[in-house]
Amino acid sequence: MFGKLTLSAIPYTNPIIMGAVAFMVICVVAILAVITYLGKWKYLWTEWLTSVDHKKIGIMYLILAGVMLLRGFADAIMMRAQQALSYGSNMGYLPPGHFDQIFSAHGTIMIFFMAMPFIIGLMNCILPLQIGARDVAFPLMNNLSLWLTVSGAVLVNVSLAVGNFSRAGWLGFAPLSELHYSPGVGVDYWIWALQISGIGTTLTGVNFIATILKMRAPGMKLMRMPVFAWASLCTNILIVAAFPLLTVTLALLTMDRYLGMHFFTNSLGGDPMMYINLIWIWGHPEVYILILPLFGVYSEVVPTFSGKRLFGYTSMVYATMAIALLSLIVWLHHFFTMGNGAGVNAFFGITTMIIAVPTGVKIFNWLLTMYRGRVRLETPMLWTIGFLITFTIGGMSGVLLAEPPADFVLHNSLFLVAHFHNVIIGGVVFGIFAGISYWAPKIFGFRLNERLGRAAFWCWFIGFYVAFMPLYALGLMGATRRMDHYDVAAWHPLFIVAAVGAAIIFAGIILQVVQVVVSIRQRELTRDLTGDPWNGRTLEWSLPSPAPAYNFARIPVVRDRDAFWDMKQRGVDLKSSTFVPIHMPRNKAAGFLIGGCAFVLAFAMIWHIWWLAIAALAGVIVTLIRHAFDDDRDYHLGAEEVRRVEGLHGRVEARS
Amino acid sequence: MSSDPTVLHRGSLVLKPGYADHAGDALRDLRESGDAVDFQLDHHHDVASTIQLGFWIYLMSDCLLFSGLFATYALLSSHTAGGPAGSQLFNLPDVLTETMFLLFSSFTCGLATLAMNADRRNATVGWLAVTFLLGLGFIGMEVREFAHMVAIGAGPDRSAFLSSFFTLVATHGLHVTCGLIFMAVMMVAVLKKGLTPTNRARLVNLSLFWHFLDIIWVGVFSLVYLFGVAH
Repeated sequence: MFGKLTLSAIPYTNPIIMGAVAFMVICVVAILAVITYLGKWKYLWTEWLTSVDHKKIGIMYLILAGVMLLRGFADAIMMRAQQALSYGSNMGYLPPGHFDQIFSAHGTIMIFFMAMPFIIGLMNCILPLQIGARDVAFPLMNNLSLWLTVSGAVLVNVSLAVGNFSRAGWLGFAPLSELHYSPGVGVDYWIWALQISGIGTTLTGVNFIATILKMRAPGMKLMRMPVFAWASLCTNILIVAAFPLLTVTLALLTMDRYLGMHFFTNSLGGDPMMYINLIWIWGHPEVYILILPLFGVYSEVVPTFSGKRLFGYTSMVYATMAIALLSLIVWLHHFFTMGNGAGVNAFFGITTMIIAVPTGVKIFNWLLTMYRGRVRLETPMLWTIGFLITFTIGGMSGVLLAEPPADFVLHNSLFLVAHFHNVIIGGVVFGIFAGISYWAPKIFGFRLNERLGRAAFWCWFIGFYVAFMPLYALGLMGATRRMDHYDVAAWHPLFIVAAVGAAIIFAGIILQVVQVVVSIRQRELTRDLTGDPWNGRTLEWSLPSPAPAYNFARIPVVRDRDAFWDMKQRGVDLKSSTFVPIHMPRNKAAGFLIGGCAFVLAFAMIWHIWWLAIAALAGVIVTLIRHAFDDDRDYHLGAEEVRRVEGLHGRVEARS
Repeated sequence: MSSDPTVLHRGSLVLKPGYADHAGDALRDLRESGDAVDFQLDHHHDVASTIQLGFWIYLMSDCLLFSGLFATYALLSSHTAGGPAGSQLFNLPDVLTETMFLLFSSFTCGLATLAMNADRRNATVGWLAVTFLLGLGFIGMEVREFAHMVAIGAGPDRSAFLSSFFTLVATHGLHVTCGLIFMAVMMVAVLKKGLTPTNRARLVNLSLFWHFLDIIWVGVFSLVYLFGVAH
């Protein structure tokens, strides 16, 4: 009846896990209780969960990412504590099996459920506004993408309470992830969480490419698009190019585990090395999928806070395209040591090093934009400068690792761990925070608290160096990654320093949580009434904050690169006297229902509850077919309603 | 959905309704006059072309999915692990019949599109029904082939070669099955609501999907079956 699922799947005996589970359950119950107490269920359902408004979907992505950042960081600090303690006779507080789950969950969560939702959330919130569109190309599919991602995230969290998570690392290398070596449900949780959210991400890619190519405002040619829009275009092309390979790889592993096939097994002709190839053919573009949109964010922040137009727009666009292209032909540098031969290794080593060229172009473009500008050191700019310094260091250690001979020494060591945290924290995470503090007025309608934001930045910035510079040294001293215990006396002090660094970052995260709370409470003080708090350059700043549901009452005509800057220079009046009805998509439950069914399907598959899996799959198909026959998909927002909303923002001109 | 002319606010350009399909592109190249437009594009045309672009992008992603499976098969096809090889298993006359089912279904699918363009509702549904039956025949033959192989001990768990064979061919078969469901839904939709703009846009996507699966099958037939028998 319940497949492999029994009450013993819940780890009662482990106090650490049960503590975390209790905390999670209390949080969820508290949130549900508050919603019920406030009587907000209907509002939540009609205005948010079923919303097809890209701005609301974006905010939900950001919330998901923020929550998962806390979860992923809890894993990080547990690992740092374990490694600071677990030296010599002290075995630390985490048994190896649990430690392995923690590092697997940390990587999986941070990449798939923290970084990806953050960048997709930012794209949702801002991209249509920047290109002068009223929505994305496929609003309901956008909602579906969100719920598929949420389903994956919930699965990872459920694995904490019911069963266990994968112990095979964030990429589940075969044959370790095969049934023979990982017989439990852990790897299955990992597979299904990634498979479902990965399909959601692919749909996002399709959606945003169509949006950017089809829905730009008149006059906005490709070479007039803001660089964030360009970066998003390249990212989404990479998503569509790379994520199908993740789908295939996970599906083949699923076949091995569920139907006894032999793709990556050690027996009957299986080839584990093929798994490493396939997963990295997706995995390397993935890291560029993460960083490119943030390159776009920096390219918006730097000109705005330097009061200058971006230096080298054209080279920036070509550099972005070049990085996107090169990212598809470097995957092999993740396994130089697998025995591909010198020629193959040399090819991939060189392509990897070449990526430093367009990236260097970008760095110089940002620096030269600041040069002789009136630089305002507000929080978004602080994150950007922190990025420029940190990312350059990380990039250099990357070029070092790109040399196959050096990689033979450094691979699988903490040097590598230091490198990719150097670029992901210094590039992706700093960029996310720069983007959120920059666009917060547009997304939420008020600025975030400046003092707390600065304090959080310094904690993150200093904490990062204290936490990860020792890891470079440890790597050079021979410390391998993913150790739950070691006996080398010389390593111990450095691990303690790294733990202190993690604690400093933790202080930064606490400050950010406080910053969010304080900013919401003091929102009347920092409310953005002009729509343009930073003296911005791109079209999103021409709208009221937050933008109305239809975004643009009138679609602007674009005549220059920094479209809004150009409008301000020419003294274009944002007010209007005439309004037309606006065509709007209707909110629908289909996305939420399919996401829910996908969650049930995955859970049933993980626990081998076949009847439930079939029922959930039927649920997906029935929902799709019912939606196909639903004709009530859109409506027109009347001209008078548009006039009323615009009037609230003081954008109605008296009739002449 | 209205097809009002697009009017440039405070500008001079007025686009005729029939032109609205491309108004977005035309306006994008606009240089002077006017700071904003009050958009009222011909909704269906504009949306239909966006949907079609989206569907093409999806098809390309699906193509990449198959490329992963083809590459896997190419690598593992020689990993028979002492089990049967393709030349001992494949029955070319059967596969050729199967292929003909699918190729003819693509032809009849094209006839359905022509009927749709000629506004002949019943003929559209009729040709879709023929296409559906041919597709069903294809799936039937594929299932029979699989059942036979499993029965003689050449199931997907026998060797890496057979794992990759079954997965590649069955993924195609699964796509065809999804296409059949799509087609059944479309037949009902066209019968119920006629050749509405929405149904037309979907029929175009359905035929794109169906021809796409045909192309994939040509790859399967050549790489898997013809090569398999030759070796």
